Amino acid sequence: MDDLYRDYILEHYKRPHNFGELDPHDLEGLEHNPLCGDELGVHIRVKDGRIEDLRFHGHGCAISQASASIASEELKGMDLDDVGKLDADWMIELLGIPVSATRRKCALLNLKAVRGAVTGDNAWPS
Amino acid sequence: MPPVVESSLAVKADFPIFARRFGGRELIYLDSGATSQKPQAVIDAQAEHLRSHNANVHRGVYALAQEADAAYDGARRKVAAFVGGRPQTTIFTKNVTEAINLVAYSWGRANVGPGDAVLITQMEHHANLVPWQVLCRERSAELRYLEVDERGELSLEALERELARGDVKLVAFAHVSNVLGTINPVAEMTARIRAAGALSLVDGAQAVPQMPVDLQALGADFYGWTGHKALGPTGIGVLHGREELLERMEPFLTGGDMIASVDLQSVSWNELPYKFEAGTPPIAEAVGLGVAVDYLSALGMEQVRTHERSLTAYMLERLGEVPGLRVVGPPEAERRGGLVSFTVEGIHPHDVAELANRGGVCIRAGHHCAQPLMRCLGVGATARASVGVYNDAADIDALVDALQAGREVFGL
Ligand SMILES: Cc1ncc(COP(=O)(O)O)c(C=O)c1O
Repeated sequence: MDDLYRDYILEHYKRPHNFGELDPHDLEGLEHNPLCGDELGVHIRVKDGRIEDLRFHGHGCAISQASASIASEELKGMDLDDVGKLDADWMIELLGIPVSATRRKCALLNLKAVRGAVTGDNAWPS
Repeated sequence: MPPVVESSLAVKADFPIFARRFGGRELIYLDSGATSQKPQAVIDAQAEHLRSHNANVHRGVYALAQEADAAYDGARRKVAAFVGGRPQTTIFTKNVTEAINLVAYSWGRANVGPGDAVLITQMEHHANLVPWQVLCRERSAELRYLEVDERGELSLEALERELARGDVKLVAFAHVSNVLGTINPVAEMTARIRAAGALSLVDGAQAVPQMPVDLQALGADFYGWTGHKALGPTGIGVLHGREELLERMEPFLTGGDMIASVDLQSVSWNELPYKFEAGTPPIAEAVGLGVAVDYLSALGMEQVRTHERSLTAYMLERLGEVPGLRVVGPPEAERRGGLVSFTVEGIHPHDVAELANRGGVCIRAGHHCAQPLMRCLGVGATARASVGVYNDAADIDALVDALQAGREVFGL
């Protein structure tokens, strides 16, 4: 079996969950991977301090798309305060595959966009 | 059946990096467009210079310093002769990026102003785009782009139309595109540019390593290239310029070595080419580059071009066997340098490069420092395979096998 391109990763890549746009939305974030020109945007709808609904859009590799898809399921319903505390380890663990230094940026692109939308902190991860 | 490709210059053994193994596997290097591998002769020449001839240049009277001077000046003569240039008008820089910046600052700041235009093309590397964008913004000039057609080529008629507007001061363009592979008709373009009273700057980064370059025949006012793509070391690039222009230009960087004399409040510049080489230059790197061009000359640049063209033809043919693979740029190898950019339907270019890597093949993926071009092509990124003198048909076969296997991993 392939270490990186596990079946579930490819499944999320080909049929991503929560892919698209959300209108109207309360928060939005947009991130680029300057190395490859990939782009990932998120729309978030908030209710009672929680993520009520979320969609992501853009284009990217299997790793960035699968990360966004897998994370989207966890993020729905999450308290906004908790979103601000999510770190890289959370994402990598959730992804469940060994990620090389070069592919780490791909894996974290979505969380960067989500954190930016929620906390306004675009510098993460510094 | 793909055409039988005999083309192998059979020089892999000259490049020690190919003795390395990665997880027990040989190195299959198809990323020479990013940087070339180095022959033993270049590595040895640099080491030998540092071991036995190292001193600073231009200031010593002792024997060792004279050896260093001779080595540096000798390298410049070889590098100039390699492309039909003259030593006085051959300036060593850090890379081609610095060569282009030199012109954008020294010539551009003095000669481009409000109402003027700089014309570049949609296929430029950021190195030949950003310096002009910054110049035009600073000087309130207009930056215009020549379009790339669906075949990945420029149109001479479009160039003439732009020049006819009468405001173009300089046209900057790549000799060979690092994404499309397109070989631009440099001589035809520079003739039109000269006739219109504008200057030309040609980015030869992808051309000099691959084909015979004769500056006289090309007729560019400025021609830059970079050592590390031409079997030479990193840290050294070259700018060739027309003497009258270089004479009139102010220096780019200032400091030691580039002055004739300095008073408390004034200074006069050193003669060419030293006026443009402030500070201690890349001496060992120049020596290495001198040996790199010797190596290429010994192979024969016509042979190198023939080799790269037939490998490119083979690559186009074999990549065509991969379902869903789309090549960008001119369809014929005659019109291209030794690189092919492509996309594979259903697999992002980063994953294409990762999958190639599983087959032991090194290719590059991304926007290749040409984001405006990527937008024209309607893609975010491409994968790119590029060949060098050491590649052979088996390397291309390995790439195609890896891509086919990769499609299976992705369930395609
Ligand atoms: C066409 C072209 N121009 C400019 C450059 C920049 O070269 P360097 O980084 O050596 O300045 C490259 C290489 O990346 C290139 O392919």
